[in-house]
Amino acid sequence: MSIDTKARYAESHEYAKIEGDLVVVGISDHAQAELGDIVFVELPRLGKELAKGQTFGTVESVKAASDLYMPLSGRVEAVNAALQGDPALVNKEPFLGGWMLKVKPVDLGELDALMDAKAYAASVGEA
Amino acid sequence: MPFIPNSDADRESMLAIVGKPDIASLFADIPAAKRFPALKLPLGISEMEVLDEIEAMSTRNTGARDASWFLGAGAYNHFIPSVVPAIASRGEFLTAYTPYQPEVSQGTLQVIFEYQSMAAALLGVAVVNASHYDVATALAEAILMACKLDEGRRKVLLPKDLNPEYEAVVRTYLSSFDVVIEKYTGAPEKAIVDTSTSCLVAGYPTFSGEIYGLSAAAKAVHDAGALLVVQTDPLLCAILESPGAQGADIVVAEGQCLGNSMNFGGPYLGMMGATEKLMRKMPGRIVGEAHDHEGRKGYVLTLTAREQHIRREKAVSNICSNQGLSMLQTCVYLSALGASGLKTVARLCWDKAHYAASLIEKIPGYSVKPSTFFKEFLVSTPLPAELIFEKLGKKHIVPGLPLSRCFPDRPGELLICITEMNGKAQIDDLVDSLKEAAK
Repeated sequence: MSIDTKARYAESHEYAKIEGDLVVVGISDHAQAELGDIVFVELPRLGKELAKGQTFGTVESVKAASDLYMPLSGRVEAVNAALQGDPALVNKEPFLGGWMLKVKPVDLGELDALMDAKAYAASVGEA
Repeated sequence: MPFIPNSDADRESMLAIVGKPDIASLFADIPAAKRFPALKLPLGISEMEVLDEIEAMSTRNTGARDASWFLGAGAYNHFIPSVVPAIASRGEFLTAYTPYQPEVSQGTLQVIFEYQSMAAALLGVAVVNASHYDVATALAEAILMACKLDEGRRKVLLPKDLNPEYEAVVRTYLSSFDVVIEKYTGAPEKAIVDTSTSCLVAGYPTFSGEIYGLSAAAKAVHDAGALLVVQTDPLLCAILESPGAQGADIVVAEGQCLGNSMNFGGPYLGMMGATEKLMRKMPGRIVGEAHDHEGRKGYVLTLTAREQHIRREKAVSNICSNQGLSMLQTCVYLSALGASGLKTVARLCWDKAHYAASLIEKIPGYSVKPSTFFKEFLVSTPLPAELIFEKLGKKHIVPGLPLSRCFPDRPGELLICITEMNGKAQIDDLVDSLKEAAK
């Protein structure tokens, strides 16, 4: 399992990673492995304001559909359109081509409440 | 010995756990006098006598075969070719259910897949589900689907000219949701759609029979970011542009008219389809065609992650079955008639209805209300429609639905339905009788 050391992680397995003025959101490698083959990703419309902990979409694998939760509050500035045609990108490269949202954060301080890579690895038993 | 698997010892131990001395003490809450009331039933009678009694009761019904039948209003008298019951009653199909282990029932899944495919072509949509109980529940589910798509939009626009039974079901389904129902009059493009609107519902045709084009409404609705839900007659879709082709997002239809008897009002067939964009939000089961590892064709339940056994409380609907037998009848009916046969049936209905309407229009005091209609049309009558119903009933003519049965404040309106089952002589007789009744 790979872990992006630059990202911070929610208990519900979403990651948040600062990229310039924005924060990139996706799900961890551990999460995609647990879900199995992902067949569909539903993402919010641009401009939507979402609070930390709110549902921003769903990820559907062949056997389950799971909600995706915001690891921080912010406005949706970009969604990964490539996932509509190729949702398996989330399986192949969750931290790169499999990103989901780019968010304009309300308060970057919210990231401090998330786990760092080491704590997250420990939480999923990979330490 | 009654087939009750609990032994005396089982009962003893269960009673000990709940702390009761015997079974009778479990019923202590029911007053003693009410426990075994004298039922005063007559003595038993023989099977022959029972059949006589039941048959005597059933002959008091007037069925569509016992009269000249011009009643529709949701239940339609169409011809059912013998091949439909012959195939639908085969032992292999003897289940009214989507099977619990669906993939072992390849025949059933294939029927559903073929039904879905034909229905999608007819309604002009990308995807059709395995069916709902009837069009009223399908309509309610379609509205819920639209509302759940965007929780910020809470307004549902219903046409005033909607079958009141469908509206009652919609209101029941929506009663526990935070949704506001508003009604509009006339053509659907005249309804006021705004950013709080979840969906606009349109009848194609409406309850009184009017056919409005849907494209203008579709554009207005989409410009406001809402959805267009259309309730249609699938037979009409065989000869006019389908609701899907005119831009409807969700289409529901009553499939009873396609190979199902009127069945005293049910079971019916709720058809529902949607655009590809909405397919993951659609309720109900969907069968897909797939291939196994050797490349052989097979059928599977697909997109199941939408459904309640996986999505739990977040599922769009709790429907987890379908109207299997009615759907099968419709599948066989559509296959037997084919596209051209279905067009012929629809054309016959259209032509006969317009022939009847042109004659009724000429009777002093009567006027046909809808300007464009298919097989059913509302007529203004010179005397209470209920009185016409009574007068013609004596001549074994059921002339239609007196609208006062749904709307007491509308006594002078009769909803007349003509199908391919009504011959010219029957229609002429109806016209003469309407004329006579007004004298």
